[in-house]
Amino acid sequence: MEHPAREGRGGVAARRRDFPLLHQRFHDKPLVYLDSAATTQKPALVIDRLSRFYREENANVQRGVYALSERATSAYEAARATVQRFLNAASPREIVFVRGTTEAINLVAASWGRAHVRAGDEIVLSELEHHSNIVPWQIVCRDTGALLRVIPIDGRGDLQLDAFERLLTDRTRMVAIAHVSNALGTINPVGEIVRCAHQRGIPVLVDGAQAVAHGRVDVQALGCDFYAFSGHKLFGPAGIGVLYGREPILNALPPYQAGGGMIRSVTFDGTQYADVPARFEAGTPHVAGAVALGCAIDYVNAIGPDDVAAYERDLVDYATAALAELPAVRIIGAPVHRGAILSFVVDGVHPHDVATLLDREGVAVRAGHHCCQPLMTRLGLAATVRVSIALYNDRSDVDALVAAVVRAREVFA
Amino acid sequence: MTSDVEQLYQRIILDHNRSPRNFRAMAGGRSAEGHNPLCGDQLTVHVRVEDRVVADASFLGSGCAIARASASLMTESVRGLDVAAFRTLASRFERLVTGSADAPAEDLGALTAFAGVRRFPVRAKCALLAWRTLAAAIDASDVVVSTE
Repeated sequence: MEHPAREGRGGVAARRRDFPLLHQRFHDKPLVYLDSAATTQKPALVIDRLSRFYREENANVQRGVYALSERATSAYEAARATVQRFLNAASPREIVFVRGTTEAINLVAASWGRAHVRAGDEIVLSELEHHSNIVPWQIVCRDTGALLRVIPIDGRGDLQLDAFERLLTDRTRMVAIAHVSNALGTINPVGEIVRCAHQRGIPVLVDGAQAVAHGRVDVQALGCDFYAFSGHKLFGPAGIGVLYGREPILNALPPYQAGGGMIRSVTFDGTQYADVPARFEAGTPHVAGAVALGCAIDYVNAIGPDDVAAYERDLVDYATAALAELPAVRIIGAPVHRGAILSFVVDGVHPHDVATLLDREGVAVRAGHHCCQPLMTRLGLAATVRVSIALYNDRSDVDALVAAVVRAREVFA
Repeated sequence: MTSDVEQLYQRIILDHNRSPRNFRAMAGGRSAEGHNPLCGDQLTVHVRVEDRVVADASFLGSGCAIARASASLMTESVRGLDVAAFRTLASRFERLVTGSADAPAEDLGALTAFAGVRRFPVRAKCALLAWRTLAAAIDASDVVVSTE
């Protein structure tokens, strides 16, 4: 695309029409949805796909010999192949369906941690992490006697890579890192982090929750060992998510949950586990969710992840510049590479009051600690206002935001 | 600006947010902590009770306008009340901020300004944090109070 940003603006009106929820009014104002980092809205075709599965294809998977079950199984496995291509994974066996990013990280922390982490070992993560990429590792540490090591950020909100390298020791067992910070929007240099860790033979888990809806993700190019994301942040349904794991490492991993679907044979003397990915999909999976997620990925692919990234970069730059012009606004962090997320505070107005006042103008934003309390402590803030965009937002949303912030400030003047 | 917002952020609330009264520590009294971690509201409420009467109340901490103004107005409203009267006022205040938005608000003097919170149910916890924390201080409870 020669002018992706321009194409994006031209195409966004059509894209917005794809999302039925966005055409509502709240408090007598058109909805301006700027909380896609919490969850994205769903295109009609994804909603319809979910419904069509239950109308025409619903059966349990990998069970029945009848045609209907075969249809459900093939839709489920087609979704897995769609995810594989979307992430450029080497094989569909590397794609495990889970409930979401949180479950994916818990799976790795529990299974991988139990197999590989011993007292005195170290897990490296960063100050930017969401609680879901902190607490599972704390539990591993508590259970094993291992220690957490934390990569500090600099004044811009970027990771200090020299400090990161110094944190890696022969006791480091895992590096767990966000691809994009959900609070500050920092895009972390995952490729560089992986190279560094792999030089010492340390595996890397990437929390991709805030990355997948906003550009191309190529797990082979990144080189990471695990990559986790949630379907509901990628225009798909809630309750379905993905854990990518490199096949050799997944093959060596003990199961997470036990039950039906993850076994090859069971006797009362013992059980042989199924091969990956089935070994990690105990119980009946969210088949409809997986199928609808595949449909959501098709939707993003039809627009083009690179075009989405270019379009959103333009829009985030526009929002950053517009908010920076307001004297009372302080944008938190100025990372070298920013994703679709922007945090700010307003002088003299608490973030929760800002969010309430914005809501009454139809503008939906998040206020709070964004499940990043250690980061907020590091920044000396109790809360921020967070704006997050997706491919259905445009400059008029940003203009409405800026006008609402000005009015909020006037109320407190 | 819609009237809902004007009712929530009344002049007296904005004034107490900007210049909270009794915003200080206290020697020789009791205190309790209130923390709504999702919001980030964090208050320490101090109280001195003499002969079952609230002789002095003060607070420190940070929070949204509703939480700060509520704490500030509370410290002014409870002084001189005996403990039973405080408890009655606290439950009337709770009804004021959590009641039906369509019912007429009870007249609680300056505290009536918080009736606007009823149209913002998610903010009731902000208005109530100081009151619950003061109750904990009076009861000498060392549990950190939360209204989330």
